[in-house]
Amino acid sequence: MINTFEERDVAVEKRFIHKEKDIREDIAWAQINKDVLKSLERPRMLFWVIFIASLALFMVGVSCEIYQYQTGMGVANLDNPHVWGLYIGTFIFWIGMSHSGTLLSAILHIMHADWRKPIYRFAEAMTTFSLMTAGLFVMVHLGRVWQFYYVVAYPNERWTWPNFQSPLVWDATAIFTYLTSSMIFLYIGMIPDLAICRDNATGFRKSFYTFLSLGWMGTDRQWANFRVTYLTVACFLIPLAVSVHSIVATDFAVSQQPGWHITSFPPYFVAGALYSGCAAIITLFIVLRYVFRFEEYMTMPILEKTAKLTFAIAMVWTYLNLVEYSSTWYGDDMYAKQALIYRATGDFAPYWWMMNFLGSVVPFTLAFKRIRNNIPAMLVISILLNVGMWLERWMIVSPTFANGIYPWTWDHDQWPSLVQWGIVAGSFGWFNMLFMLFCKIFPSVSMYEVKEMVYHRSLVRKGTEDATQINPELAVEGGIAS
Amino acid sequence: MSKSHMLALFTDFDEASNAIRELKASNLEGFNIKDVTLKSPIEHPEIEELLGKRPVYVQFFTLFGAIFGGLGGFTFISSSQATFLLQPKGGKPVIPIPPDMVLTYELFILFGVYITVLGFFIGAKLPMKRHKLYNARVSEDQIGILIKADDTAMPAIKDLMTRHKALEIIGEGSK
Repeated sequence: MINTFEERDVAVEKRFIHKEKDIREDIAWAQINKDVLKSLERPRMLFWVIFIASLALFMVGVSCEIYQYQTGMGVANLDNPHVWGLYIGTFIFWIGMSHSGTLLSAILHIMHADWRKPIYRFAEAMTTFSLMTAGLFVMVHLGRVWQFYYVVAYPNERWTWPNFQSPLVWDATAIFTYLTSSMIFLYIGMIPDLAICRDNATGFRKSFYTFLSLGWMGTDRQWANFRVTYLTVACFLIPLAVSVHSIVATDFAVSQQPGWHITSFPPYFVAGALYSGCAAIITLFIVLRYVFRFEEYMTMPILEKTAKLTFAIAMVWTYLNLVEYSSTWYGDDMYAKQALIYRATGDFAPYWWMMNFLGSVVPFTLAFKRIRNNIPAMLVISILLNVGMWLERWMIVSPTFANGIYPWTWDHDQWPSLVQWGIVAGSFGWFNMLFMLFCKIFPSVSMYEVKEMVYHRSLVRKGTEDATQINPELAVEGGIAS
Repeated sequence: MSKSHMLALFTDFDEASNAIRELKASNLEGFNIKDVTLKSPIEHPEIEELLGKRPVYVQFFTLFGAIFGGLGGFTFISSSQATFLLQPKGGKPVIPIPPDMVLTYELFILFGVYITVLGFFIGAKLPMKRHKLYNARVSEDQIGILIKADDTAMPAIKDLMTRHKALEIIGEGSK
């Protein structure tokens, strides 16, 4: 029973002392280098299994694309009114996935959430590779790939009449900006670690890392400039990420199709993006933790925090989803209402209900600590959440085209062909392949940031130890002072 | 007077900062605190402050890049649209402000980021050739203090570093 302010302070401090730690504070800095650099040498066998399976999946996608390119879009079963199909649904999914890196690197960096430090690097890599994957779908769905440059904003001396009012041009510009900025952000943040790789590598690798580390020596001047640059680029990335997915939402909202005109569409897209990004972080967290033996760095408390964050974002997404349904239901757009009814009762109903179940009900399992601390359960849940989020994107696109404003669209149910499914599967292979290659070539845990985390936490621990010596009440059985 | 370099390695920040503090207060002839460079595996703003004000100009590059991107972007888009004067616009404005703002915003960020990074490279003097006294342990777990001073001041500086438990002292001649 706490009766006084002093007792409350003691209780709070005790809780702090005995809190499960995100990372051990006594890990030697040299050990951090050694552990992370080991991941560039010999990963577990599962790494190669995933890599080869991803490569095989990617080849399936490439074969399907070659077939579609040579034969025409008919083989994808895409025809009016179904002009987007799985391609644009999956495009939005990958764009959404890219928000994970921005969330962990930029938003949590500005909020001084230092638990992000061991896991933000791979999340940034996810951002880059998922944007590269998303960009491919823009070209794949065009059919006439060679006319891709029509969407790129450039002066019109060639009389190609780019339409700057088109959200497709906005999309191309936003994605290009986001992709290049994310790559720069990833690279700049990695320079001190590349210098560590340089100092420990031999042969060809040494030349490679020497070239990339640009002669970094960790001088005060370099660190001071680095600090300002990293923070500034992080500040740019947050509004950029929001603008990218808002623009993707605008691709839909400015069209004539029913069901895409709710005011909350852009924030709904952004919330969905953060949600799927967080779920993917959990999946890859678990995979990397095992494959590269990162148990010391990708710890259970960090996984738990990521799970809590995912749960919170899942609830935001659920709320915005309900806003969309209720706005449509109580609104005066009969076509939008009809489209909603069609989603819930028409040909796509099983997938629509599954999307709602996986996206809004399954995350409630994350409310239980026992589940959050169970790695196999978290792996399954995170995959299910991403299946739900992929279905969400598909359910935004296809049911609307199957139930447009004009009656002639109502009897054109075109199930995606194997070519479409093959290219979608290939995109997952492409992403996994690039991601695994990245983790094999570059340090997927930020060594210098983990050192900072260990250093600052050890200072806090030292301060708390001093406090316990002054106030012995803080020292309890099993605690640091006993 | 000829100048030479010396690198002292420390195991912790406290000893390194004490050494810098004493070096600063020593007023040794032939030595200037501006010629001290701290090398560390992590950033440590508190010790950097001990070395005196060493301004960072990255933010000015950012400001320039963002303004250039925004204004240049809008000029690029609107001038491109303005060449469409002969094309019928159906009563719509030749330069529509709301949609152009989207692209202007993206280019504002794009150039803001690019020029910031350019500022970083210039400010941090990257890419650069590593100093001959660079020691790989600095990227691992040790803190290095690189000092440039007159040859006559070197023995006193070395003595000061030894007193502060420098793990190793490397001079230009010893490497």
